[in-house]
Amino acid sequence: MGEMIVVQDLVKNYGDFCAVNHIAFTVPEGKIFGFLGPNGAGKTTTIKMLTTVLDPTSGSIRVNGHDPTREQRAVRRSFGIVFQDPSLDDELTAQENMDLHGILYGVPRAERLKRIDMLVDFVGLADRKNDFVKQYSGGMKRRLEVARALLHKPRILFLDEPTIGLDPQTRNHIWGYIQQLSKEENVTVFFTTHYMEEADRVADDVAVIDHGKIVAEGTPAELKAKTNAATLEDAFIALTGHAIREEEATSADRMRMMGKVWRGAGRR
Amino acid sequence: MNAIYILCLRQLKRYIRSPARIIGSLGQPILFLIALGFGFKAMFAKAGGGDYINFLSPGIISMAILFNAVFSGIEIIWDRQFGFLKETLVAPVSRLEIVLGRTLGGAIVAMAQGTVVFVICVIAGFRIANPRLVPVAIVFMFLIALLFTSIGTVFGSVLQDMQGFPLIINFLVMPLFFFSGAIFSASGLPKALQFALRLNPLSYGVDGLRGSLSNVFVFNMATDFVVLTILTAILLGVGSYFFSKIQL
Repeated sequence: MGEMIVVQDLVKNYGDFCAVNHIAFTVPEGKIFGFLGPNGAGKTTTIKMLTTVLDPTSGSIRVNGHDPTREQRAVRRSFGIVFQDPSLDDELTAQENMDLHGILYGVPRAERLKRIDMLVDFVGLADRKNDFVKQYSGGMKRRLEVARALLHKPRILFLDEPTIGLDPQTRNHIWGYIQQLSKEENVTVFFTTHYMEEADRVADDVAVIDHGKIVAEGTPAELKAKTNAATLEDAFIALTGHAIREEEATSADRMRMMGKVWRGAGRR
Repeated sequence: MNAIYILCLRQLKRYIRSPARIIGSLGQPILFLIALGFGFKAMFAKAGGGDYINFLSPGIISMAILFNAVFSGIEIIWDRQFGFLKETLVAPVSRLEIVLGRTLGGAIVAMAQGTVVFVICVIAGFRIANPRLVPVAIVFMFLIALLFTSIGTVFGSVLQDMQGFPLIINFLVMPLFFFSGAIFSASGLPKALQFALRLNPLSYGVDGLRGSLSNVFVFNMATDFVVLTILTAILLGVGSYFFSKIQL
């Protein structure tokens, strides 16, 4: 079994601020890898660098054997991603969002249509696939994003807080098919989450990142044993401390707020 | 190629599905057409300028295209904020294909709005001097659309949020419109204004459009065409460059 993701001595600085500080880890093929850390620890920054949309300051990355800074296309073809924030086009239907994705990834038409049908069924949206995404609830959007990320048969699936704001039913549902996928199709999964019991349940390996540095790595059981904790949440607190982290609102958050106000006003 | 097509198609679908935007962005050109067109009609005729509606209409069509084109380009900011941009940036297609698809789609949308305004101008009394030159006018409409969508793309790629949008409208788009000869003739202007007119890319679009539709030129058709084509090519390049530099 090969290594799907290899990160060595990775650094990302924003001016004086060091978001990711000399981290290294590997993810073997077919494993589910949980990347845990408090707000602002460097999780999303790391995912951005792994997925070719942010250049590292220094260090090396291999995703499916390719370098995200130089072999962008090969890397992009290897993975599917569910971003922390929604990334669907609300003005298109679910089917159109899926179709657009398939065309961007060069999936031939016949196969595309077949896989779209299969995947929307897989995430339980078959009877709603011709509805506009703006009519979807948060959970439905998430499920559609998972389906979309799988359309081009990626070798790696990146999930950045995929279950945030979802009810337990939907969370269970989503993790259920991600585990199934990992088992049946040998897809490597790299995810972040704030729900420690989730990580404990589904992850083969976890790494804990804090202040841009990896502070612990191993199976959930190993981490619990190391910190003498009963649950992964206790182990996490033991490793990262009790201090509450502050994250600045980004311009994206403010815009989203504005968008809600506008669209809400239009509908009521 | 497929990526260009599907991203272009996406812009068109969004346009057609948003009647509020279609009707909303017609308000301003219609207001200008009626207020200026009928308000100054008598004065313009008395001064020996002929029918003001015939003079003004190409300017109003250019205006509609200008505003819609810049807006289409700037839509990148919305896509960035509402997330869809990320979906295209992690796809295995080049940034050039993405930006070409978006720009082409935006330009066609602006053209469509320009065409609607064209029809409204005709209803308001605009008489085309030489109907055989309508295809030439359409070429000029497309060049204006492509040029200003590219300018919108530059701003959309550089700006992080919509805070700077009023700045662009008031300090770029409005001056471009007012100092393009869209509403008044370039002849008899103070030297400084005439110079500003010559520097303004929209002047050449307005001139080409007015020349082909109303047969009144300040420059000439060849100059208009060459200037617009070269500027469009350059700005398409600049827009693509800034778009390719976007990091999330």
